[in-house]
Amino acid sequence: MEIKVLGPGCAKCAEAEKLMRAVVEEAGVAATIEKVSDFQQIAKHGVFSTPAVVIDGQIKCVGKVPSKAEALGWIKP
Amino acid sequence: MQPVNLTNQHNSNATPQPAPPLAASIKFKFFLTGLAGLGLWFSLYWQLQGLAAYLAFSLLGLEPGSHLGEAMLFFFYDTPKVLMLLTLIVYGVGVLRSFFTPERTRKILAGKRESVGNVLAALLGIVTPFCSCSAVPLFIGFVTAGVPLGVTFSFLISAPMVNEVALVLLYGLLGWKVAALYLGTGLLIAILAGWTIGRLGMEEHIEDWVREMHVNASDIPDQKLTWTERFGHGKTAVREIVGKVWIYVVLGIAVGAGIHGYVPEGLMASIMGKEWWAVPAAVLVGIPMYSNAAGIVPVVEALLGKGAALGTVLAFMMAVIALSLPETIILRKVLKPRLIAVFIGVVGTGIMLVGYLFNIII
Repeated sequence: MEIKVLGPGCAKCAEAEKLMRAVVEEAGVAATIEKVSDFQQIAKHGVFSTPAVVIDGQIKCVGKVPSKAEALGWIKP
Repeated sequence: MQPVNLTNQHNSNATPQPAPPLAASIKFKFFLTGLAGLGLWFSLYWQLQGLAAYLAFSLLGLEPGSHLGEAMLFFFYDTPKVLMLLTLIVYGVGVLRSFFTPERTRKILAGKRESVGNVLAALLGIVTPFCSCSAVPLFIGFVTAGVPLGVTFSFLISAPMVNEVALVLLYGLLGWKVAALYLGTGLLIAILAGWTIGRLGMEEHIEDWVREMHVNASDIPDQKLTWTERFGHGKTAVREIVGKVWIYVVLGIAVGAGIHGYVPEGLMASIMGKEWWAVPAAVLVGIPMYSNAAGIVPVVEALLGKGAALGTVLAFMMAVIALSLPETIILRKVLKPRLIAVFIGVVGTGIMLVGYLFNIII
């Protein structure tokens, strides 16, 4: 699984990245987590409110830090 | 209000829900909790004046009318008052904002004519959730979706400048007239500055990579929220905003209290008065300063109390909030230098006009 956290680097974006890492560890799934902070890359995903979470190319949430339950729901098989 | 209206069913045309009584009781509980909370809030709010006097004069034993006594009274009254107002309004706005997302705002603004678009954008800037660090992605998202450049700027000017924190603090510390003036002129600047930038036809001063970009945002799910989730948004907003700004409010009011009690009347009249140079000087000083509304308004109150002119002080405050150096540096990633200069110039001029206007009429 390929997880991308999109965000230029404000507090909320860091929080979203931390949450995704914690959730992946808790669920014990194999996943790569990448923080994307380049504006051009963020825009290419069609996202314009940050933070956003993209899993395997699919936009899961934009403009907020997801809740833990939400995030677990996305990565659980 | 009927408690029945409080919850929004996900799909009303689906098969009948098995447990409507339970849902109704949850709605009712929401309604009652909200009512009780509001009642508690108001009864506490009306007691604050007496409480502050008790704290300053009875508990601390300070002399009414003395410098220290008056400063402490001011501090004990204004701090809880402003924090309570802030909590209530931020909660309300948090719930209101759950109805507006940047995606929805973009859809409304895309393809709108200028002028109508500028007005809409400035108004939506107040209610659309917006964090200043997403100014650049938002700019790209708007421009690539066909929102005119000037309309985009109206949004980007109004979103940070006209916000609930600034309005609550102005209302709490300076009264509803000043708050209304700020709201009205802030919107006017956002509308007119955006319109002017649109007239100047500066599309080629957007960085090339933005203009060549074709993004497709159709796959972002438009989420439907329940009322429980909307109230949750309100709670989150309080935690995030009040949790972050309370310290500025307290420090700001403490500084204000210090000026209130000690700085002689009329001192500020000579520095931030109505001279022709006072307004541009206030704007120039304000631009490199970066503070949120929470930190600046209590200082503004104290300045006004000591004879600074309202127009000069409002111009200073708007410059600090709306034109900040860090935001400008980030915007440089998508705007060429000339457009940045025009942006600062047009908004700065608008702020100065507002300053002069109030210095003349008040």
